[in-house]
Amino acid sequence: MGLTSTTIGATQVVTVHADRIDASMAIQFKDDMRSETEGSVDRVVLDLSGVEFIDSSGLGAIVASMKQLGEDRKLDLAGLHPVVEKVFRLTRMDTVFRLFATLNDALSVPVD
Amino acid sequence: MKPICNEACLELSFPARVSEASPGVAQLCAGLAHRGLPAHKADDVKIALTEAINNVVEHAYAGIAPAKVRVTCRLDQDRLDILISDTGNPLPGHRPPDGVPASIDTTLQNLPEGGFGWYLIHQLTSDIWYERSDGCNRLSLRFDFARHR
Repeated sequence: MGLTSTTIGATQVVTVHADRIDASMAIQFKDDMRSETEGSVDRVVLDLSGVEFIDSSGLGAIVASMKQLGEDRKLDLAGLHPVVEKVFRLTRMDTVFRLFATLNDALSVPVD
Repeated sequence: MKPICNEACLELSFPARVSEASPGVAQLCAGLAHRGLPAHKADDVKIALTEAINNVVEHAYAGIAPAKVRVTCRLDQDRLDILISDTGNPLPGHRPPDGVPASIDTTLQNLPEGGFGWYLIHQLTSDIWYERSDGCNRLSLRFDFARHR
């Protein structure tokens, strides 16, 4: 599945180029995230603005991606569509990740 | 004889494969919207239906040749009933799982990566009914429109 990334200071922005993250691509997503985030930035922002749907497998793949980053690197999420945000909220994963309405919002907060 | 289906009824059968699940759900959701499913319920139905179909694909037909999954939707003024049937393995204990996921109040490495499917289904539906008979699973999901979430 398509992932691209740019690094801005200590933040790496990974953009998902797929309209969904679901059971058919969850493992691929996790693997692609692993290779995309190899490196030593402090914070990764996952830009989900192109993702119009996510299921529990996709959610699990994003959780797995955060674990892959280890304890020293953060994974924040940006640009969630309402249905995507709903899956995070219902599973309380909105308390595990920091969610930002837009990528700009995510980039305007300091890395903590 | 009373017809089983009228214009408020929608039925779709497709092979229970991961590649067929998403197009099948998309087709059903488009059909339901066309038949008047309230817009504020569209996301709930899509999420729950996706999880239920995923369960059939991943679990009911695990280790056996996948056959078809049949989805029948009946839309009334204040509710939607969706019946999902397959000929795969029965649900464990012949009943729908409670769907309580592992706690997320834990360390990073212990965070759950799965087990959210049934939890979502329970949260998004107003009633769940399951029957195993004649080698067939019948799972029915009800969505009441009166109750706003």
